[in-house]
Amino acid sequence: MNLQRTSGKFITYTILIIWAVISLLPLYWVFSTALQLSEYKDDTTGQVISYVEAEPPKLYPMGIPKYFEEWGKARDAASSGNAAAEAHHRERMDMIVTDTFSGFAALFNGTSIWKWFFNSAYIAVVVTVGILLLDTMAGYVLAKKQFPGRDFIFWLIIATMMIPGQITLVPLFKMVQTLGLMDTHWALILPDLSMVFGVFLMRQYMLSIPSDLLEAAKIDGASEWKTFWTVVVPLAKPALATLGIFTFMNVWNSFLWPIIVLNNADLYTLPVGLKTLQDQNLAIFKLLMSGAAVAAVPMIIVFIAFQRYFIRGLTVGGVKE
Amino acid sequence: MKTSPTTAHETGKPSAKLRSRQKSLLREMWKQRAAYLFLLPKMILFIAFIVLPVIWAFVISFQEFGIFESEWVGIDNYVATFQNEAFMIALWNTLKYTLVTVPVSILLALTLATLIHPLGRISQSFFRGAFYLPTVTSMVIIAMVWRWVYNYRFGLFNYFLSFFNIPAQDWLNQSDTALWALIIMSILIPPGVGIIMYLAAMGSIPESLYEAAKIDGAGSFQRWWQITVPLLKPTTLYLTMLSLIGSFQVFTQVILMTGGGPGDATETLVHLIYKTGFRDLEFGLASAQAIVLFVITLIFGLIQYRLLYRKSED
Repeated sequence: MNLQRTSGKFITYTILIIWAVISLLPLYWVFSTALQLSEYKDDTTGQVISYVEAEPPKLYPMGIPKYFEEWGKARDAASSGNAAAEAHHRERMDMIVTDTFSGFAALFNGTSIWKWFFNSAYIAVVVTVGILLLDTMAGYVLAKKQFPGRDFIFWLIIATMMIPGQITLVPLFKMVQTLGLMDTHWALILPDLSMVFGVFLMRQYMLSIPSDLLEAAKIDGASEWKTFWTVVVPLAKPALATLGIFTFMNVWNSFLWPIIVLNNADLYTLPVGLKTLQDQNLAIFKLLMSGAAVAAVPMIIVFIAFQRYFIRGLTVGGVKE
Repeated sequence: MKTSPTTAHETGKPSAKLRSRQKSLLREMWKQRAAYLFLLPKMILFIAFIVLPVIWAFVISFQEFGIFESEWVGIDNYVATFQNEAFMIALWNTLKYTLVTVPVSILLALTLATLIHPLGRISQSFFRGAFYLPTVTSMVIIAMVWRWVYNYRFGLFNYFLSFFNIPAQDWLNQSDTALWALIIMSILIPPGVGIIMYLAAMGSIPESLYEAAKIDGAGSFQRWWQITVPLLKPTTLYLTMLSLIGSFQVFTQVILMTGGGPGDATETLVHLIYKTGFRDLEFGLASAQAIVLFVITLIFGLIQYRLLYRKSED
């Protein structure tokens, strides 16, 4: 019985670990390829090897073992008093380091990635802050106020949430053209601010706030605006965190609409920049993977820091009124 | 809406009654003016950038786009959509993609969640994180790395297959493997959302149900099949809808990995809409295609809803 349970546990862990490795492998591969040696000059044959394009593929950056190999040789040379050989191996150590990070160097010197990164970051921040403010205000009154037209507005919001975004691509494009917003960041920010998922989420959350608290604030003579800021917003903090993270992630990763409205390379967001990078440098995988790594790191950090909010946000969908 | 206080009743005229109702409605709205002010900014954006474009999309789908003026063409765009061979191929490819990836990822999510659920807190949160992490990463990044994974000579995929003596394939550049390459990739991206939602739902199933079944002598598989799976039905339904919608809209992988090719082997609906609208500038046709896509998604959603709910009633 006990043996059966232990072996069951063993099988469970084996399956889960194998599957976790499979699922994380592509992401690992981004970083491994970004740091892979691409122009390694073999010391004895003088041949230049690219480990990025090795058959079979190298599963980790070859710079690491090669670096220690040279380090060992340099140390041996130093102990046997061969200063020239030591200098040679030290130089090769530097070469390996330079080559390892050459993808990032090429990226930062040869492309506008800093601009793209900045564009992505500031657009994501502006949209997130805007969405948090607008959707909390709207969600609050939809949950807690009685007024003519309320149910109709809520129904309209729910109905449009079901319509796929592709339908509005053409009309939005024409609209952006008419308004003269093509090739501006407004063309990204305004449609993103209009998304209504957050209104729905905030409204669902606000339903759980006891109305007594709001009444109490009213009796104390607080204005609506003051009540909102001093009572409603503090109580909604968990929902705000969830909505903020999901909005940030969606804007940071958004792709289809930005490639339609942005033509000026200085205005690109990261995903659009990465696409043009791929279109122009299809064969330079070290460079491409360096770009991918730069785009991936912020989301990975956000995810690790706020994991529990991600999880809470996902389970909101199952909440019934 | 509250009914009006009846002050103007004695006149007996319907118009007066109506007027008084309007008056009290206005009074009610005035009293709640703060609420409208709170809603106003979001509503302006919502109407301008969502409601109007949706309505406009239907209008455009009945027009032929011209440089100076658009012309009404009735249902021509819809007729053209269904007569267009490229559309039918894209539809068929999208269906194939959906019909394989959706059930497999749901099943995978259920299996993995089942395995994770009984573990301790730390293992649970570790695996949850590991399976969810790829989901927060942009599909652009995932698609770029998978191009490299599928590389004929230097890719990981052929390397792993070589352990099983499967000959190397140029997965993305052969018309009979390209769509399957996209399908396999989509299956190997872990269903992070599904796993987390199933875990949450499993956590809310009362332990007493399992205790009772144990006393009745049900084995662990029986308990899972007869208690867990049926009680997860609402989650399954929600997830299926979600991934159905997502997979009907598959786009990023296509444009970054195959561009719809080779030939039209991986042409999908959204990629076709994108090409029709923004490369060929056939706005009317693109809108008609988008609306057809919406209707198809809706039909699938309804069928799915009916199937799952019919079953849960008996």
